[in-house]
Amino acid sequence: MAAAPLLRCGGRRARLPGWETLYSRWCLITSHNLYSSVYDPNEKTFEKLLIANRGEIACRVIKTCKKMGIKTVAIHSDVDANAVHVKMADEAVCVGPAPTSKSYLNMDAIMEVIRKTRAQAVHPGYGFLSENKEFARRLASEGVTFIGPDTHAIQAMGDKIESKLLAKNAKVNTIPGFDGVVKDADEAVRIAREIGYPVMIKASAGGGGKGMRIAWDDEETREGFRFSSQEAASSFGDDRLLIEKFIDNPRHIEIQVLADKHGNALWLNERECSIQRRNQKVVEEAPSTFLDPETRRAMGEQAVALAKAVKYSSAGTVEFLVDSSKNFYFLEMNTRLQVEHPVTECITGLDLVQEMIRVAKGYPLRHKQADIPINGWAVECRVYAEDPYKSFGLPSIGKLSQYQEPLHVPSVRVDSGIQQGSDISIYYDPMISKLITYGSNRAEALKRMEEALDNYVIRGVAHNISLLREVIVHPRFVQGDISTKFLPEVYPDGFKGHELTDLERRQLLATAASLYVAEQLRSQRFLGTPRIPIAKSKRRSWELSVHLGDEIYPVAVSKHGSSFSVEVDGMKLNVTSEWNLASPLLSVTIDGTQRTIQRISRNASGETSIQFLGTVYKLQILTKVAAELSKYMPEKAAEDTSSILRSPMPGTVVAVSVKPGDTVSEGQEICVIEAMKMQNSMIAAKTGKVKAVHCKAGDTVGEEDLLVELE
Amino acid sequence: MNNRAAEDRAQAAPCPGLPQPCARSARPQSDRRAAVPAGRAGAAPGHGGRAGAAPGAAAVPGPRRLGDRPGRRATAHRGEAPRRAARRRPGPHRRPAQAGKSAKVAGGDGALSRCRREPARRGGQAVHGGALLGSGDSRGKLTARERILLLLDPDSFDEYDMFVEHRCTDFGMDSSKNKYPGDSVVTGRGRINGRLAYVFSQDFTVFGGSLSGAHAQKICKIMDQAAMVGAPVIGLNDSGGARIQEGVESLAGYADIFLRNVLCSGVIPQISLIMGPCAGGAVYSPALTDFTFMVKDTSYLFITGPDVVKSVTNEDVTQEQLGGAKTHTTVSGVAHRAFENDIDALLNLREFFNYLPLSNRDPAPVCECHDPSDRLVPELDTIVPSESAKAYDMLDIIHSIVDEREFFEIMPMYARNIVVGFARMNGRTVGIVGNQPKVASGCLDINSSVKGARFVRFCDAFNIPLITFVDVPGFLPGTAQEYGGIIRHGAKLLFAFAEATVPKITVVTRKAYGGAYDVMSSKHLRGDVNYAWPTAEVAVMGAKGAVQIIFRGKEANAEEEYVEKFANPFPAAVRGFVDDIIQPSSTRTRICHDLDILASKSQSSPWKKHANIPL
Repeated sequence: MAAAPLLRCGGRRARLPGWETLYSRWCLITSHNLYSSVYDPNEKTFEKLLIANRGEIACRVIKTCKKMGIKTVAIHSDVDANAVHVKMADEAVCVGPAPTSKSYLNMDAIMEVIRKTRAQAVHPGYGFLSENKEFARRLASEGVTFIGPDTHAIQAMGDKIESKLLAKNAKVNTIPGFDGVVKDADEAVRIAREIGYPVMIKASAGGGGKGMRIAWDDEETREGFRFSSQEAASSFGDDRLLIEKFIDNPRHIEIQVLADKHGNALWLNERECSIQRRNQKVVEEAPSTFLDPETRRAMGEQAVALAKAVKYSSAGTVEFLVDSSKNFYFLEMNTRLQVEHPVTECITGLDLVQEMIRVAKGYPLRHKQADIPINGWAVECRVYAEDPYKSFGLPSIGKLSQYQEPLHVPSVRVDSGIQQGSDISIYYDPMISKLITYGSNRAEALKRMEEALDNYVIRGVAHNISLLREVIVHPRFVQGDISTKFLPEVYPDGFKGHELTDLERRQLLATAASLYVAEQLRSQRFLGTPRIPIAKSKRRSWELSVHLGDEIYPVAVSKHGSSFSVEVDGMKLNVTSEWNLASPLLSVTIDGTQRTIQRISRNASGETSIQFLGTVYKLQILTKVAAELSKYMPEKAAEDTSSILRSPMPGTVVAVSVKPGDTVSEGQEICVIEAMKMQNSMIAAKTGKVKAVHCKAGDTVGEEDLLVELE
Repeated sequence: MNNRAAEDRAQAAPCPGLPQPCARSARPQSDRRAAVPAGRAGAAPGHGGRAGAAPGAAAVPGPRRLGDRPGRRATAHRGEAPRRAARRRPGPHRRPAQAGKSAKVAGGDGALSRCRREPARRGGQAVHGGALLGSGDSRGKLTARERILLLLDPDSFDEYDMFVEHRCTDFGMDSSKNKYPGDSVVTGRGRINGRLAYVFSQDFTVFGGSLSGAHAQKICKIMDQAAMVGAPVIGLNDSGGARIQEGVESLAGYADIFLRNVLCSGVIPQISLIMGPCAGGAVYSPALTDFTFMVKDTSYLFITGPDVVKSVTNEDVTQEQLGGAKTHTTVSGVAHRAFENDIDALLNLREFFNYLPLSNRDPAPVCECHDPSDRLVPELDTIVPSESAKAYDMLDIIHSIVDEREFFEIMPMYARNIVVGFARMNGRTVGIVGNQPKVASGCLDINSSVKGARFVRFCDAFNIPLITFVDVPGFLPGTAQEYGGIIRHGAKLLFAFAEATVPKITVVTRKAYGGAYDVMSSKHLRGDVNYAWPTAEVAVMGAKGAVQIIFRGKEANAEEEYVEKFANPFPAAVRGFVDDIIQPSSTRTRICHDLDILASKSQSSPWKKHANIPL
């Protein structure tokens, strides 16, 4: 990697040492791949490949390219100039400003980069241009290989109406529904009545849950039609909709297929993707607990039949809805690499990206159907920067002030495209990473997932680790009793975090109290020999008062060597740890039970937040004396200034990114003020609706001038 | 009354191990209790009116709780039964170990001294208790002794001058009912995390905490000893002002304290925590100390109170607006930080104390540190945005470099375009100064220069190494600044950095333009190690302005040429003005290593009586 020692800095490049070390470290980390496709160095392949994507999938593709000896070109928007995929690639070119329509979807700019860098092939990843037939066509016209199926297959499968017809013809089970485009709301209602409620209205060009509505009556159908067509128009530039029978309480199971240009096609078993929120997948696994070998084979064979029917080549996914009687219906075919492809790689040992590149180069598949194994079990959790306590996840943005992947846990694979210090911005998907664990059976994979989630350090943005951890230990999930409605059924009132049992609460209190005492003891340890000797405390026991939730618990701690004996609720617990107070992860043994906890914050007032069993708990720990006195401290009503945004300095408003009625999330940019030739981004202090905007671009504002009000 | 005295004894009796109040002490106590209304009435308007600190008098004294003697139970029973019940301490708390320890100071604990010690511990509360509590102090002010209890390590307080009484004879002050053993302040020494500190805590329940000659004498005594021994003085201020009845003696007392504040300045750290009113002349003692902290909603600092302000300038202003914690931490810059309540403030003070050396004879303390000194910080490689007009948060850089992300910021809400505060590097206390590009582009103006200068001088005085992060576009232009005297105020920061002889490490993260480059601990001002990140731009000014001057805007490519030439760290590096251009991720490692080397730094300036900093 010749470009590696170059450090990017504000458009200039300065040759500096140090990066090599970082890079070699990184390579070490990426050796945890959990797939083992053999690479034949004598097999001729592309010399240079461009990845028309960003984030984890761009990194994922680059890894395989490196293995295969292919040079890589990354594209990026200007805000991504320092992104991981840019650093990993041999070359990187900026294709435009942050909004995707101007960068990652900007075909002209990308074509220009391809010409300039002489890339021979393009891997589109998922999303963006991955299923864009126009892009595939333009590549073909310039003699550049598109790593994916040909234009015909993309077009056929990308259109839900056409794909359904094709599937029917290929004798694939399909959902009863209307096979044409719905013209208007009245027609939608008529068709819905014919099919019978509930019905699903979805964008013909859609995917990923966008432009999708479920309607249970006429009124909802009209409404759904309106919203879906708006969403479809804005997301895909195509407002055609279709309507079909909505299968209530189904599972979402998909079959990975792999086909070459010589008429060979394989099915690489299924992935269970039923745990979803708002039609977006959260937890996936392979294989599924639900399928028996016959159903699996039937689904696999139908999937292969469909692939052959459209002369499919490359990797693709045929999605099915499976009802409780194991009837399965074709949903759609995704003509790209799926987000959740790693679980398939884990159980089959195939490197799907490598296979895609081989197939695109024209090589026939190396495997026969009988060679495709199901080895062990793999689970994937999608770790998002979002607040799971709001509708199972509302995006959160910010800077990853601390970030550490749990790669020290055995059989863990993390596909990510970010690092400590990365910004999770409003422009792109808030996914932080895909966390995959593998085991010889499901229980082992889940156990490792639990451990991996506990050992995952993410600070600076809200994340959904708490929800993921609750899901994977939930008895229904563990038994395999899941459906796409799992989350709303299990948490009808919304997700509230882990509910502590009495024992867990004691463990948490004991750990927090021990941590407090360890901290107190450390603050008395000074190095060197001070002029005035330090009085050594002979104290061996502490009476504390811990505030957790609405309760105050008296906790007595006494020290025995490096362990603490803690009395909580009349129960004695023995807490042992190395008490490394700087490490973001702390392994604690409480009466023989090992727990990995994370102390998220602490302050001098005894307030601390601890991530315990995935959920972050806020505690306040005081000595008994301070706690007694704190009863007299008045409660203070928090002054709420978060709904008003004032200019912190005199300057010029460069841009206003909101208008009245907009919903903004905490930390989102509201406007930009330029002062002293510096652009200062004003951000929302809370999530809410914009009530009024008092400035416009070009205005000159003074200090403390009112800019924007939130409701 | 006799009944109450009897009750006192009855209450006291069940507590074994306590020095029992003797008959002699019970007597005057009950007398005083009877005299409450008179005593209060006499004291309050007097000192309150003087300094416009009527609020002080109106402010009801905090309920006394810890360190209470049994006797007070009987005295504080009127109209507050439910609160009082909650306040009752179980046995151990009512038996502070000071009882035995203070005996050492007082020299023998005979029956007589024991009897006097009891009322001293109660202060004014013994008298005022019931009546005043009835009026309800819901603002959460702790008593003078409770504050000491929370501030110091358990059982570490050695009290001084418990038997000192005021000497005023006018206005009936000599009557025994107006005498309180110990007067209106508790003084002594103790330990904070094992380290020695001298403390005084003003007792608002005795004449509104007003300063008598005796009160001042007690404070001076511990200050003198602190300076001699070489240990910090912490003042917990809660006083209505001068003791009017004592007239000039009280003023003399203030001056005695001021003198000692000045003489101790730069010798031992002096910290003031304002926990109640502090008005009139009294404000100058905190102002002379190194750090002034306040408690939100209950503490006020002003020269004259709202009433006087109204009569003189006809301004309507509340105490809070005039001199509350918010005013002084955001507008005036008088206070360095504010805390939520008494407990929060005292616990934070304990933590803050750990950063400080005990005196100018001691090196910066080194704590046990779990954060590896060779930790790489990869996110720093990308933290500075590629567009030089885009802001970032200097606190992100500071947090990621220092030990365990712990940064005790000083004046976080004032002149936010400069960040100052204490942190540790590999366990050793360091003072950090950084321009904050997020606020007003990180420019230097009057307030930020003064804020930075005072902090730098503190660190220099107390052997605390300075780490400076530079991203400064220059001094803020404009009439407001020029008329306000930015020249002489900016010179303060320049002066402070130049005169400092502690280890000075500077990291230019981005802009270092113009005179501000020189000011920010540059190599030229005896910087020991000056680093630049690859993103650094060390130049006289931004490219645009420079080109306009050089070419009067006629050269089209000139701007690019200027950027190429100066908007990078190399021109400074080739001249040796920066020692190295470093990978940002290695900053922590480098600084930790440099600090180890520089620990033995020795540098002196020419002999002088003292320098003449442009005040």
